[in-house]
Amino acid sequence: MLAFCLLGTLPLELRLGVRVYRQWRRLVLTLLPVVTVFVMWDLYAIAAGHWDFDEAQTLGIVLPGGVPLEELLFFVVVPTCALLAFEAVRRVKGWPAGNQ
Amino acid sequence: MSYTVLAVVGVAGALVLDLVVLRTRIVTGRAFWTAYAIVIFFQLVTNGWLTGRDIVTYDEAQIVGLRLVFAPVEDLLFGFSLVVQTLAWWVWWGRRSGDVRSEGRA
Repeated sequence: MLAFCLLGTLPLELRLGVRVYRQWRRLVLTLLPVVTVFVMWDLYAIAAGHWDFDEAQTLGIVLPGGVPLEELLFFVVVPTCALLAFEAVRRVKGWPAGNQ
Repeated sequence: MSYTVLAVVGVAGALVLDLVVLRTRIVTGRAFWTAYAIVIFFQLVTNGWLTGRDIVTYDEAQIVGLRLVFAPVEDLLFGFSLVVQTLAWWVWWGRRSGDVRSEGRA
């Protein structure tokens, strides 16, 4: 599923030239606070039993706090894909980002 | 706190980050909502897969019980919060670095 997201959005970077991966420092700085906040949310939710993961349908690599590896990757992949979608819309439409 | 409460807090926190803390105000622009319409479609597809196949399961006591394509509605709030926070930081870092591209062609 994560691979589907990455492969599906790859043409946006390569063909449309949205320059998300190319601005890798900005991408890392963006992901750091987001991953931090959502991993904390995830740790709480797992500890409180809000949600659970099927061991048979995950890789089985579990990080401290019971967070499956896929969950950490999710918090990197999904924001990256959202950025690619956002920059693709802006590139096609020529729209500003926000507070103009 | 239940998932429902946390999901609402997550949305409020993301809006505060965008509108007050970083002042990126992406939620006031067309670019965000157009991108979000695309993202939410793929969220329903991918999250529907993850929840429909029981890869991820939820404690029924922690959600209101309303589901959309197998997934609790709380997941939509969770996703909205994730996307808003990501785009707000992205635009903020773009402005700080003085990248004119991040300002767009207004």
